[in-house]
Amino acid sequence: MPINGDPLMSDHALEVDVRDHVFKLQHGEHLKVIDQVQFALPANSFTCVVGPSGCGKTTVLRMILDLDKNYNGVLKLPRSGPVSAVFQEPRLLPWRTVEQNIRLVLPKERQQESLDELFDVLGLTEMRAFYPRQLSLGLARRVSLARAFVLEPQLLILDEPFVSLDAPTAERLRQMLLSLWQARPTTVLMVTHDTAEAASLADKVLVFTPRPASVAGAVDIDTPRELRDSRVVSDIQQQILSLSASS
Amino acid sequence: MRASLNKAGLVFASLGVFVALWAVVAYQLNDNALPPPADVWAALLVEYHSGELFHHLGMTLLRVFGAFVVAMAIGSAIGIWLGMHSLSNKILDPWLILLLNMPALVVIVLSYIWFGLNEAAAIGAVAVNKIPNVVITLREGARSLNPEFSEMASVYRFGFVKRLRHVVLPQLQPFFAAATRSGISLIWKIVLIVELLGRSNGVGFQIHLYFQLFDVATILAYTLAFVVVMLTVEYAVLQPLDKHANQWRSTNE
Repeated sequence: MPINGDPLMSDHALEVDVRDHVFKLQHGEHLKVIDQVQFALPANSFTCVVGPSGCGKTTVLRMILDLDKNYNGVLKLPRSGPVSAVFQEPRLLPWRTVEQNIRLVLPKERQQESLDELFDVLGLTEMRAFYPRQLSLGLARRVSLARAFVLEPQLLILDEPFVSLDAPTAERLRQMLLSLWQARPTTVLMVTHDTAEAASLADKVLVFTPRPASVAGAVDIDTPRELRDSRVVSDIQQQILSLSASS
Repeated sequence: MRASLNKAGLVFASLGVFVALWAVVAYQLNDNALPPPADVWAALLVEYHSGELFHHLGMTLLRVFGAFVVAMAIGSAIGIWLGMHSLSNKILDPWLILLLNMPALVVIVLSYIWFGLNEAAAIGAVAVNKIPNVVITLREGARSLNPEFSEMASVYRFGFVKRLRHVVLPQLQPFFAAATRSGISLIWKIVLIVELLGRSNGVGFQIHLYFQLFDVATILAYTLAFVVVMLTVEYAVLQPLDKHANQWRSTNE
């Protein structure tokens, strides 16, 4: 049974203490996917979660987003302010235009706000009136990012947001994500299977063990992002891989 | 524009062939049971000039509209509910099958016996005949709702109205359209029976009257007049609404 923890009293923007999570399968079988996942995210930090496929990374995100309630443990979320998410699939409503998809998440009192700057940063100005089916996957992902940031969330959850994109498009989107995050600071928790992506974006990388997931360790990254050249990224990747190997 | 003109031309040509065939057969038979188109047109003009035509067409149209609104409102609500709650669906499914297989005539007769020969009983009987079809169509629609959109709406804290308007109803639109199309065609046919059995006006009442007088020309005049009304509803209301709702599908990729 999940316990709604008291609102966060510390400087942390998110505290996760999940004892276990068991999936019920057909024929009465059970599959334990989470076993003791504990971590806390400082406010306005950028944390990446890496781990083997199917280890339970997305499940943890779904619990934080309150989409999965069948776990034992405690989650403490920001006392106030919205939580946004960027899913693996853009999840844009196909019957609403790009601008309508973004405005939909805004509360009534913010409906009249100009979104020009946001559209400009993400290169979506020309696509405001487009329907999602008219967009490439990369553009749809940008709209999904815009929808997440327009809310000015206290916590932003991203689940492999750049998967299935070609390398230049993914890199361009990473830079856009960083620009948005630096311009509108928020606490970010991002799942990725790409260790280089984690090494270039995050302040901290949490390494999950194979299923049932627990935190094998964390890599704190102090090097400023602008100084993370290929050698630094490679060193961080080595630290991540050694933690993965030891789990 | 040119394509739609071609399409309209084809429709008129097809109807022209139908009327010509009808005329040929009617003149060959030379029997009161199948009057030629000219006689039907004459009967239509007589009813029009007497003021009867629009009075009875109007009454039938009102009943169709009333029964349609009731059936769609109740049927949609139940259908969406059953599509989202499997236990309720398991419990109520036998009721649904029972109602689906209940002959329209039985429902109409029982409605008049239990509630009297009044307008509410007439419209209610028609609606009850249609509700199971709407329930089944919308139940399928609710079952096919995309859970990914529901999750997105939950994460972004959409309220009930916003979720219904922007997430749920657009996904159900094709199912509403199907229920509407099949609904209107079924309802107006049942309304005629309801009028024939227990009302003193409407196209069904007039058909019954002229059946007793063996006036086939006037029977056909009323039938065709109402078909024209329903076609007008189809082309002037339903199709533009459908087009508007599907605007996003017709955009170029």
